[in-house]
Amino acid sequence: MNNIIKNMLWLLIAILGAAAVGGIALNRGEQINALWFITAALCVYALAYRFYAVWVAAAVLMVDDTRATPAERLDNGRDFVPTNKWVVFGHHFAAIAGPGPLVGPTLAAQFGYLPGTLWILFGAVLGGCVQDMITLFISTRRDARSLGQMARDEIGHIGGTAALIGTFTIMIILIAVLGLVVVNAMKHSPWATFTVSATLPIAMIVGIYMRYLRPGQVLEASILGVSLLLLSVASGGWIDNNESLRGWFDHDSLPLAWAVMAYGFAAAIFPVWLLLAPRDYLSTYMKLGTIILLAVAIIMLRPDVKMPAITQFIDGTGPIFGGKLFPFVFITIACGAISGFHSLIASGTTPKLLTNERDIVMIGYGGMLLESFVAIMAMVAATVLDPGVFFAINSSAGIVGAEAADAVAKISSWGYPVTVEQMQALARQMGEATLFARTGGAPSLAVGMASIFGSAFGEGLLALWYHFAIMFEAIFILTTLDAGTRVGRFMLQDMLGNIWPKMGETSWLPSVIFTSALVVAGWGYFLYIGVIDPNGGVNILWPLFGIANQMLAAIALSVATGVLVKSGKFKFAWITGTPLLWLVVITSTAAWQKLFSDDIRIGFLAGANDLANKLAMGVLPTEKIAAAPKLIFNLHLDAGIILFLVSLLWLIVFDMLRVCYRYLAGKEVLPLTEVSYVMTQLADERAGL
Amino acid sequence: MQGKIKAAWQVVRQLSGDDAYERYLYRYARHHQNHPECGCHPPLSREAFFRQWQDEKWNGIKRCC
Repeated sequence: MNNIIKNMLWLLIAILGAAAVGGIALNRGEQINALWFITAALCVYALAYRFYAVWVAAAVLMVDDTRATPAERLDNGRDFVPTNKWVVFGHHFAAIAGPGPLVGPTLAAQFGYLPGTLWILFGAVLGGCVQDMITLFISTRRDARSLGQMARDEIGHIGGTAALIGTFTIMIILIAVLGLVVVNAMKHSPWATFTVSATLPIAMIVGIYMRYLRPGQVLEASILGVSLLLLSVASGGWIDNNESLRGWFDHDSLPLAWAVMAYGFAAAIFPVWLLLAPRDYLSTYMKLGTIILLAVAIIMLRPDVKMPAITQFIDGTGPIFGGKLFPFVFITIACGAISGFHSLIASGTTPKLLTNERDIVMIGYGGMLLESFVAIMAMVAATVLDPGVFFAINSSAGIVGAEAADAVAKISSWGYPVTVEQMQALARQMGEATLFARTGGAPSLAVGMASIFGSAFGEGLLALWYHFAIMFEAIFILTTLDAGTRVGRFMLQDMLGNIWPKMGETSWLPSVIFTSALVVAGWGYFLYIGVIDPNGGVNILWPLFGIANQMLAAIALSVATGVLVKSGKFKFAWITGTPLLWLVVITSTAAWQKLFSDDIRIGFLAGANDLANKLAMGVLPTEKIAAAPKLIFNLHLDAGIILFLVSLLWLIVFDMLRVCYRYLAGKEVLPLTEVSYVMTQLADERAGL
Repeated sequence: MQGKIKAAWQVVRQLSGDDAYERYLYRYARHHQNHPECGCHPPLSREAFFRQWQDEKWNGIKRCC
């Protein structure tokens, strides 16, 4: 009887899910309610978790709840600690979910709501979640080793080195593009600039409080910090209205970019307790709090999605970034569907806390499902805006023209009507001077979130909600930026230490300053080029980031596929092999187009040639002549990076296939490095503490 | 109900690291009862423990995109 009820319930979820996905997919012309997106997502997640993830864990991975995990066997009370599964879930989710799943879907909304939504749902349940879960499993069975180490141990040196280089590259590009998003959000916005700058002294106050005033009183310090952050949002409005003070915070992009670089450098050399750790605390609370608030608001308000299912920009002419639906929707939305970066957290960090193997499904697969849900909400926040408004905020002046009248005329001519008055009224409501050409995704997401929050919790506070949303995005973008710079510094010190051992000492000040400066110069260069790019920079940097991230995912899936085959589970190799194949297809296609497309907005080389021709013929406007040689050089550099990444990808995949072939042909391969079985001694109640 | 609130509060404290020192003391007591012969140092002070805990937490890749 009980079984029948259970089966009926799952059948109901399946029908509801199919109806919701079908409704979203087939709806044409009419507005569709955002609740359908939430329903579709929850049903797809529930079904995938119950029937796919649980099956993979039980039948393929064969997770064993009697087997002692590294946290138990190597328990040292410091980094290896058996921890309550909900706490591990919280840490894992807070670590994997950054600004990526918010920015990607916002940009991809230029294709309409449908392509991005379907990719977020199905990419996650068949690709991203599987990658995270299997990486977590493999690392748990190997004393919590990192992805790079496992690639070296299981596949060979090439894979290990590729993982290291890939991680470093992705870090540099990621930081540059995120820095650009923050700069664009603060450009000529005294309110946003003040609020974002205020987060630095606030983090330091919290840091000093936790370190010296009340050591270890984390919750007390957090409450203090969150209150100060909210206060800084409100007082930004006061600064904005104060004629003498607002000038201090009203800047163009370039000085803001220099400030972001100076901040990144300072954060990499300051002790962690002063800036990085307290800022990370605050950003984690803000992240979790805002995501919950957004979910509640969407469910309460049930806004209509105004963006059409599919726009004409699937043909590659989109104003936010150039490129056809295939492959660019899959590159633009990396985080939220499949993100290689997660495999660095799922190996090395999370397994050290895992108490029991049986929780791998919930933490690895479930954690990524939640990130995918965040991406769905970002998609909703972008598509509830009037499409005209959405394109006016996100299209750069280089595409639609610098004058407001030109921009609205151009955007309206695409079939998305918008007026100058409408944009001005919206900017006034949000407490901004203008909302035209605020590229990067953060401002449009903030407008979307502010209108959702405003309608759900009070219209009068739109400007406050807008700047709250900007602060929320900026604070954890800056956390990724400083944590990333620091990790980059450590990696560089490690590499240079091989040449000159003294450089490898992480506390030797000259080495710290030198390597930090080198890392900041690396991403700072791309940030600088992004800022001076007349088309906004995001259109170049974001695809580069997406390709780098998918390349890292391909490394993780190659390791997973290799391990499955070497474990004698060739018949299940499709579980990781299919998403891997898909990634190889989309990244290779995207890389090919970024290199060789004749469209100057897509092909780096075509873009560089076009600019060089215009420069030679003297048809460039004077203000662009100075920047042109730098842009031409940068386009060539971007082409080189793409070529490098895609070669790395093919190298790893071939190396994995070589290992699999040798294993299947009965030849010698590197042995499996899984540690042998040890029976767990932990009873559940003890593990819970 | 009260029990559930208490349990949720425990999770919040553990997630934030608020009770990390208490856990450390608990583990110390348990570990050193099991191995009385080791005769190592007395437990760290709250301040010293917290410093070590925070520095270790930030060693390596801890944040993603």
